[in-house]
Amino acid sequence: MHGNGDNGSIRIGFYICHCGHNIGSVVDVHAVAEYVKTLHGVVLSQEYKYMCSDPGQELIQKDIQEQSLNRIIVASCSPLLHEHTFRSAVEKGGLNPYFFQMVNIRENVSWVHTDMQAATQKAKDLSRAAVQRVFHHKALETKHVKIHPDVLIVGGGIAGIHAALTLANAGKKVYLVEKDPTIGGHMAMFDKTFPTLDCAACILTPKMSQVKNHPNITLWTYSEVVKVEGYVGSYTIGVRRKPRYVNEALCVGCMDCIDKCIYKEGKTPDEFNAGLNKRKPIYIPFPQATPQLVVIDPKTCIEFKSGHCKKTCVDACDRKAIDFKQKEEIKEISVGTIILATGYQIFDAKRIPFYGYGKYPNVYTSLEVERLVNASGPTGGELILRDGQHPKTVGIIHCVGSRDKNTNRWCSRTCCMYSLKLAHLLKEHTDAEVYNFYIDIRAAGKSYEEFYDKLLDENVHFVRGRVAEVTDWAVRPSEEGKLIIRAEDTLIGVVRRVPVDMVVLAVGMEPQADAQDIRRLFNISCSTEGFFLERHPKLAPVDTFTDGIFIAGACQGPKDIPDSVAQAGAAAAQALTLIDTGEIELEPNTVFVVQEECSGCRTCLTMCPYNAISRDEVKQKAIINEALCKGCGTCVAACPSGALKQNLFEDEMIFSEIDGLLTMEQEACC
Amino acid sequence: MQLPIPQTVRADEPTHKIEKMKNVVRRIKFESELDLEFGERIADKAYGQRLLSCIQCGTCSATCPLAHYMDYTPRKIIAMTREGFKEEVLNSLTIWLCASCYSCTVQCPRQIHITDVMYTLKREAILMGFYPRRLPIPVLAREFYKRVLKDGRNTESWLLISLYLRTNPFKMLRESVLGFKLFVRGRLTIGKERVKGRDQLHSILKHEKGGNTI
Amino acid sequence: MKYLYFPGCSLRSTGRAYEESLLAVLKALEIPIEELDDWNCCGATSYASIDETDAFALAARNLALAELQSPDETVNLIAPCSACFLVLMKTERYLEDYPDVSKKINTTLDKVGLHYHGRVDVRHPLDVFVNDYGLENIAKRVKHPLKGLKVASYYGCQVVRPFKTFDHSHYPVTMDRLVQALGGEPVDWPLKTRCCGGSLTGTIQEAGLRLNRLLLKEAEKRGADIMLTCCPLCQHNLECYQQRINRIYEEEIDLPIAFFTQLMGVALGLSEKELGMQRLFKKPSLSHITHPKGAVVNAW
Repeated sequence: MHGNGDNGSIRIGFYICHCGHNIGSVVDVHAVAEYVKTLHGVVLSQEYKYMCSDPGQELIQKDIQEQSLNRIIVASCSPLLHEHTFRSAVEKGGLNPYFFQMVNIRENVSWVHTDMQAATQKAKDLSRAAVQRVFHHKALETKHVKIHPDVLIVGGGIAGIHAALTLANAGKKVYLVEKDPTIGGHMAMFDKTFPTLDCAACILTPKMSQVKNHPNITLWTYSEVVKVEGYVGSYTIGVRRKPRYVNEALCVGCMDCIDKCIYKEGKTPDEFNAGLNKRKPIYIPFPQATPQLVVIDPKTCIEFKSGHCKKTCVDACDRKAIDFKQKEEIKEISVGTIILATGYQIFDAKRIPFYGYGKYPNVYTSLEVERLVNASGPTGGELILRDGQHPKTVGIIHCVGSRDKNTNRWCSRTCCMYSLKLAHLLKEHTDAEVYNFYIDIRAAGKSYEEFYDKLLDENVHFVRGRVAEVTDWAVRPSEEGKLIIRAEDTLIGVVRRVPVDMVVLAVGMEPQADAQDIRRLFNISCSTEGFFLERHPKLAPVDTFTDGIFIAGACQGPKDIPDSVAQAGAAAAQALTLIDTGEIELEPNTVFVVQEECSGCRTCLTMCPYNAISRDEVKQKAIINEALCKGCGTCVAACPSGALKQNLFEDEMIFSEIDGLLTMEQEACC
Repeated sequence: MQLPIPQTVRADEPTHKIEKMKNVVRRIKFESELDLEFGERIADKAYGQRLLSCIQCGTCSATCPLAHYMDYTPRKIIAMTREGFKEEVLNSLTIWLCASCYSCTVQCPRQIHITDVMYTLKREAILMGFYPRRLPIPVLAREFYKRVLKDGRNTESWLLISLYLRTNPFKMLRESVLGFKLFVRGRLTIGKERVKGRDQLHSILKHEKGGNTI
Repeated sequence: MKYLYFPGCSLRSTGRAYEESLLAVLKALEIPIEELDDWNCCGATSYASIDETDAFALAARNLALAELQSPDETVNLIAPCSACFLVLMKTERYLEDYPDVSKKINTTLDKVGLHYHGRVDVRHPLDVFVNDYGLENIAKRVKHPLKGLKVASYYGCQVVRPFKTFDHSHYPVTMDRLVQALGGEPVDWPLKTRCCGGSLTGTIQEAGLRLNRLLLKEAEKRGADIMLTCCPLCQHNLECYQQRINRIYEEEIDLPIAFFTQLMGVALGLSEKELGMQRLFKKPSLSHITHPKGAVVNAW
């Protein structure tokens, strides 16, 4: 690790790359090399065709050793491409890699200018600036952070389940935390899935059982994450386990207690059945709930509200599993990586009063219809409407709350396909006339277009026109007693009034109601719509800008089950990359505190977008967490006493670079 | 139920006699017949409405109470405007039938102010001289305009009389019963309402018949 | 704080009862009001169809005059006719939102020594009664509660659209709440804001008559005893063509259409003459409300 030469001198090696014609056709590479040779400190100035090639890298290594170089500059393409390549080459040559500086004369010069003379001059200026800067470079150590092998997965829907199984099967210990009393998410509520028409519960429940039985998965349902501390590789998580008032070790889910509850009938809207029927205060969400445990809702149970219940449930349980004294528990765990798979919520159809949801009893959301046609739903799979009738005509309205500047701007991606599926199921369960009112049919996945063909063959009416309103105003006698859908059939070119018995609203997907709270807790970003933000929409869809935290499924954006599963696998793979390498490298361009200068004024604390700065209350000085620091430089600029300095971007380096740029073409002084 | 037949521009009329069937009509639109800047012009005049954002969903036509009577529904007018079908749009009945109830504007998922576009098209039609001369709606608008220009206020009785005189004098006889009923209840006045500052008003208004906009 | 009052041309003609009843009710509730001096026509839909600058300038003259007449920081200008309400509000909003519009119009106004500074707030009487004066205060003053009279409230389009001011654009409730406060029973019907056709009943009868027929039939079907409106053109359309509609479409529509201020006045105990009831084609039978003991008085 050389600092300065034997007699303290700086010996700079300068390499300028032709990059074939990319640079060489615009910049006079030879002239620049000749110019730089004249600069103070430069011992070697050489042009080369392709610096990033093996011979090019070997050249650097050879020259470091033979010429005792202690600073290397390469003028070529963007650092985003080859800075790492050249730093490795420098290190192989025996020099600390941070004595290296890269000058971008491709993206910044040859690719954006056409005037050869001006481009060459600019290349010279940039090179000169680098030469002056590199004098001040210091040797830096790449820090490594160990990665704890355990993983936290938040959210027990299909994405969370798949990620958990993938990681558990790879031998890692997984904590799966789900806020509902059971895992399964929205998929458990569906009847059949498109385009194969697999029964959703039939394909989901085996995976749910696997999760329950897997030795590497710790399943905590009815639990929420309340504390997140630490950084990639060593997170400390606090999980609050809400009390079920049922002993998990004793309950077997026989449901005798539910039968014997003093409520003869349920009075609370059943969440799993989308509010279509009622449940008792003691309940199990659905028969295949995992874990198969009963839960007591303290908000509606009489024992909690008044304290004077006969508690018939306790007597009914022959295993004595009911425990009204149960308290919540806070568990603390350590993990190295986190996957967020918290899913979505559906658009609240009441926000569009034109469609009459909540006003007319026979207007349903798509989720309600999934439960209605499901054999274990509130009507046993028979299509009986709220007013008791069997519908003879059904209208399905697409794009409710989607593609609309007045509500949600985006397309929710799944609604066209699930509307087709519901049309098919409705046709199967009844022989009603079914109308789909759409703007576009989005059937972009594998076998989706063929599914659309199938629906066309089933004589479902497809009317291309966005519905303006659903009303009970009848103009003709044939419309009396029905709900009338008014839309323009844009393909035929006329306004139509279609009387139906039942209206199904294909509601869109939105971020969860608590998505903002969650993302703040985990310190990740979200997009303008409120979905969690991926690091790159094309190339890094499951990473976030916070190292160690990955996202998967509908919480990142509306998507269907195959895509959620794919993302879950991807997130698990990304987590495995970190875990199996065992440690990660931190780029050393982090900030450090010059203790004597720091006055403890706290200005930097609130500036840091990554929560990397804390305050030592005893010494009253700022402390930088290097693992969280991303080197953005905000705190450095904000510090009133200049106590914060950034590696690789210290003041002397920056000022000398600026100075180098602005000096006229003459001997550069250092 | 008869669907509206779009108006066409007859191109390439045959030079020699040919046997023609009554109901066989030739319909085609060549790009050279379109006014490709029309859409942008109208959008600019209507405070920069983003006609280009329209996804042709049809909500405007579905909610329009007058859509049944229009030869082109509001959605079609937007499509035709942005593609440059100037003659069809400015000759249509639609722009005059619009009662400016604003239902379309409120429900449009792209938040396009369709009613403002309709007003702009009305003005453009008058500017270009396209409006049908006997259609009562633009005639009413112009009579109203002239009356207010002169007196500063509008007296409904005189407005209606001048409207009927210009469009269909016989109608005046048919409406006389209604007119009488209103008159005896004091709802139809003979005396004209006038503004004191008429000169002030004249100086403010431009007296131009064109569709000059901001 | 005094309200300024912009009658509009219709209120001096077919909508005379609206002005009479509105002024009577305002007086009864002791709401101070002053007519805008030398107001000119707002231009309605016609001016906007001909020339946009003229349309704005015409309306803006009223706004500028209002500013001169009132010393208040925010000038509350009541415009009872829905078309006037919308045109004045649109002018006020567009002058605020589009600086180049404001500049052009104010340059025109400057020519005659007027200028609009943005101080005017255009209000509708429904808004003033329900939100400013307050429903509880109105209820306190009711002398003849409406005794469950079934009232269909018809808002029309321009008072609720496109600007969402005091109520929802398609499902408003202000007039219904007022009816409730007066002791009446608001009828829940789906066509509260469906356009009546405006001037189309005069120009294209086929369209105009049919729109009104739909409204009248549905209101009657839902059991309305009376329909209230807040716009003179709506009232004229709904009321004056019922016989013609019955003849052409073989219907039997017979629904009294009144201004909401007229029914308010009845509930507040004002006289028939004050409220312009005699101007209606069909007077609503309200004797059970005004003379509850059953003594029949010929006036009603």
